[in-house]
Amino acid sequence: MTAPGDPAAPLMPLLSLRSVSKIYGQQLSAVRALDNINLDIEAGEFISITGPSGSGKSTVMSILGCLESPSAGEYRIEGIPVQELPPDTLAVLRNARFGFVFQTFNLLARTSAVENVALPLVYAGVGAGERRRRARAALAAVGLADRCDARPNQLSGGEQQRVAIARAIINNPEIILADEPTGNLDSKRGAEIMQIITDLNHTSGITILMVTHDPAWAAYAPRQVVFRDGHIVDDKGRSS
Amino acid sequence: MFSTFSIAVTALMRNKMRSLLTMLGIIIGVAAVVIMQAMGMGATAYVGEAISGLGTNMLIAAPGASRNFGPPTFGVPLFTLSDVEALQRRAHDLDRVAPVNTRMLRVVAGANNRNVNAAGVTPEYFDIRQWNVVLGRSLTADDNRRAAAVCVIGQTVSDALAINEAPIGKDMRVHDLPCRVVGVLETKGSSAFGMDQDDIVFMPFATFSRRIIGNDRVGTIMASALSENRIDDAKRAMTAILHVRRHIADGEEDDFAVRDPREVQALLQKVTGMLTTVLAGVAAISLLVGGIGIMNIMLVSVTERTREIGIRLAVGARSDDILGQFLIEAMALCVLGGLLGVAVGLGAAFGVAHLIHVPFVLPALAIPIAFGVSVLVGVTFGVFPARKAAHLNPLAALRFE
Ligand SMILES: Nc1ncnc2c1ncn2[C@@H]1O[C@H](COP(=O)(O)OP(=O)(O)OP(=O)(O)O)[C@@H](O)[C@H]1O
Ligand SMILES: [Mg+2]
Repeated sequence: MTAPGDPAAPLMPLLSLRSVSKIYGQQLSAVRALDNINLDIEAGEFISITGPSGSGKSTVMSILGCLESPSAGEYRIEGIPVQELPPDTLAVLRNARFGFVFQTFNLLARTSAVENVALPLVYAGVGAGERRRRARAALAAVGLADRCDARPNQLSGGEQQRVAIARAIINNPEIILADEPTGNLDSKRGAEIMQIITDLNHTSGITILMVTHDPAWAAYAPRQVVFRDGHIVDDKGRSS
Repeated sequence: MFSTFSIAVTALMRNKMRSLLTMLGIIIGVAAVVIMQAMGMGATAYVGEAISGLGTNMLIAAPGASRNFGPPTFGVPLFTLSDVEALQRRAHDLDRVAPVNTRMLRVVAGANNRNVNAAGVTPEYFDIRQWNVVLGRSLTADDNRRAAAVCVIGQTVSDALAINEAPIGKDMRVHDLPCRVVGVLETKGSSAFGMDQDDIVFMPFATFSRRIIGNDRVGTIMASALSENRIDDAKRAMTAILHVRRHIADGEEDDFAVRDPREVQALLQKVTGMLTTVLAGVAAISLLVGGIGIMNIMLVSVTERTREIGIRLAVGARSDDILGQFLIEAMALCVLGGLLGVAVGLGAAFGVAHLIHVPFVLPALAIPIAFGVSVLVGVTFGVFPARKAAHLNPLAALRFE
């Protein structure tokens, strides 16, 4: 969004949260899932997010991924305030700039792997032939070239998560938001997924935010953010 | 657009039974629209045909109350040959007058036999009906005078008795009376009430009354007006003469009726009109119920597929994409139902037309109308569920259990 050589560019983080709070429910039953968070993320970073259950990790991911808006504070993508964008623009952002990987995979049931992977391209207006070609390539990149026509219920958890990663990268996003991508997998499959994610950051330069409960997986990331009770209590290895 | 459509069709195919049941209302509604159209057009075509077949200046006098159509009332005296003569002599607007008696009789020719509508008529009858022979000759005044055992047959009888190779001069038995075929009539098709007019045997009136039924009372009198625009005068004259001859007291209702084809036409149109109204009601109710069914099933579908909607929103579907998906799904249901309805409707209309011997007119207009109606129902009742789907919050939808 910024012209190359713009002197302001290096000063502007890719994603930035300023005094962001998220409150669920009302009055007595209100839960402060995020409390006055400040977080800057530069392009190309690989960040892990850890913290106890209910500390606001998933909430922050949803806000960063434009699936939800903050109750207070400001979220900017490349300096542009997201609150001011119309819903259709948010849909385009989710489609073109973000890729999501969820703990529960979230694949469409009764739909083949290729079709699942190609789904973002449907909404990007890519033609059917091109969609198939790119979806096959993305599946090959996660090592599932031979399972293109399998449905989610015919795939193991690890394979399903790889399909989900293929879907996340199909539209060449700049940012991947992975919420406990290894949460439902054993350590061997988890390691495979971690390998793929790390590679995406190292070889393609994709910015990665990854929520995990496992300190071993968190250690893959150069920058480690820790949440507690809706606050950021630690932020190790910040790039700047 | 196409991919949205294929998504919709795939979703429908997954629940074939449910989709079919949901479509039932639309199927019935659209079928009713098609039948309505087909019957309306068929009836119009057919009334036109039937009326022109009767001759436009024909009049029929029949015993019985004048108010309603239907079988002659029992106990009412028939006409006499002197009535026929009187009409011939004194009704100046009349051209021809003919006595007619009919009876279902068994006709045997060789090894074949058939129950046939047999009629005793005078030669004038054929002038009134404008009905000519294609083979042989018609009945003559001389046949009648001699009460000759001769007959003229319709094409259906000729075919049914397997004498159509060389019918003229064939001997057959009409109710035990040996009788020679002297002529075959041209084909008339079915009558205004759906009877095959060619399934008939005509004999001289005298032969029929004396040698078959045993009395010379006259069941109906057929007449033709001198011209089409004198038909009302002719009718009045006929009524007046018969009124006097049958000794009907002043102020008492006539025990006979004189009708003309326009009345038959009016009656048929009334019946068709009623039928159309009933079908229109059925169509409207079915489409309404069908539409509500579609709305219901689409609401269920939206709830069932909340997670799917969440996933689609997360990977970049706009709310319009989701709206379109569910709207097209509702429309696809309706259009599919509509197509099935057209098929059912055409089948039913064809069957009914065949059954009652009415020409089947393909209601070309009904098909675009049915299509339009289905799309309209789909949009009307699909919009609410589709909007509900489109306005889901992405995160809430993703987390929906
Ligand atoms: N839709 C919601 N309505 C009400 N409360 C919510 C909602 N979503 C989250 N919360 C609350 O917000 C807080 C933060 O939730 P969040 O899902 O961000 O935690 P988390 O750090 O991801 O936890 P976990 O590690 O268990 O996934 C929790 O207390 C949770 O109960
Ligand atoms: Mg979470």
